[in-house]
Amino acid sequence: MLEANINELERRFQEKIDNDQKIEPNDWMPDNYRQTLIRQISQHAHSEIVGMLPEGNWITRAPNLRRKAVLLAKVQDEAGHGLYLYSATETLGADREETIDDLHSGKAKYSSIFNYPTLSWADMGVIGWLVDGAAIMNQVPLCRCSYGPYARAMVRVCKEESFHQRQGYEIMMTLAKGTPEQKAMAQDALNRFWWPSLMMFGPNDAESTHTAQSMAWKIKRSTNDELRQQMVDITVPQAELIGLTIPDPDLKWNEEKQGYDYGEIDWDEFWSVVKGNGPCNKERVDARRKAKENGEWVREAANAYAAKQKMKKAS
Amino acid sequence: MGARSGKCICGEAKNEKSILIKKDFSKMANNEWPLWEVFIRSKQGLSHKHVGSLRAPDAEMAVENARDVYTRRSEGISIWVVESNNIHASHPSEADSLFEPAHSKVYRHPTFYDVPDGISHM
Ligand SMILES: [Fe+2]
Ligand SMILES: [Fe+2]
Ligand SMILES: [Fe+2]
Repeated sequence: MLEANINELERRFQEKIDNDQKIEPNDWMPDNYRQTLIRQISQHAHSEIVGMLPEGNWITRAPNLRRKAVLLAKVQDEAGHGLYLYSATETLGADREETIDDLHSGKAKYSSIFNYPTLSWADMGVIGWLVDGAAIMNQVPLCRCSYGPYARAMVRVCKEESFHQRQGYEIMMTLAKGTPEQKAMAQDALNRFWWPSLMMFGPNDAESTHTAQSMAWKIKRSTNDELRQQMVDITVPQAELIGLTIPDPDLKWNEEKQGYDYGEIDWDEFWSVVKGNGPCNKERVDARRKAKENGEWVREAANAYAAKQKMKKAS
Repeated sequence: MGARSGKCICGEAKNEKSILIKKDFSKMANNEWPLWEVFIRSKQGLSHKHVGSLRAPDAEMAVENARDVYTRRSEGISIWVVESNNIHASHPSEADSLFEPAHSKVYRHPTFYDVPDGISHM
């Protein structure tokens, strides 16, 4: 295609986005927009799927039937979220099998929060409260993302997420009201997950290389630091309400900015986990790989059965 | 730590008994289940509406998977699945010429017509 044509197409594309029109799968789009979306949506999909592992770990050990049913339902929702998102990458021309294999080979990333272990039942509480809380904060603005299939998937996801956070907070509240041991368990979970949860929003705006372009394309609607600040401001009173302490000695209300000042995030830890050296990176990817390998015979059998039925019908 | 030894510090990885089958996945690509578009009727009296897609080996499993993925909160009373490659769509780049004839025919709308003030039942 002539360069002049491409420039014109790009101009019209950006104009559409500036006018808050959605981009749909068959519309013309710059290659970079497509690639950025495939990367972002597939990372999001992987996070939903890998995110099932730390919680799946506690299903058989939930303290009662109510909690067990809730945890099962939540984990099942996350599988659905993964599916909506993989489907969205397929509308952009990504191959599903390849996308999944990229996770298994370590080529693709997922949210670093899932590389931390879940050591006690209280972790199910803190994950629902903070990790799903942070995910919701990220996903709500994405419901207005410029790419139609992604935005629609986010609307569904956000609807389903709303109980995830509440059930987590309920667990924390129950433990915080319980015996001293139970309360200590809740506090310990908060201590371990607070900082990794804040890291979920990604590097500081100054370090975040793709932010400007992604904002212009409206595939990102708020910056990492804006979302992180919102998260802190919303969460601090929630912790106070149930008598838990945020593990940050520098946390202080700032009257002027009408928000909290908070301590420095350990970015060395963040990058080390992103690069694969977190406590559970290897376990997580191994578990996914094994799940695929051990399910292979089921997929093969389903294919064989479908082929047989087709033949029967034809004859 | 876990990352090196293959064991999580938390001892999360408990189900080590599962058998590891080594397979060459590169050959599997064309074995992939077909893609289906899912349409849901949310209640009696409304038409089916596109809600998303999924992969399944056949129509029966596509309906079952759609039930599990798209109606977990009673969102539907009826499901249609259509294999994606059976859908034929108009092309976005031809949208202008395809829909242009309608743009110039404002007289197809009731607001085009002058009627006296105060007239009722019209
Ligand atoms: Fe989710
Ligand atoms: Fe999510
Ligand atoms: Fe969730």
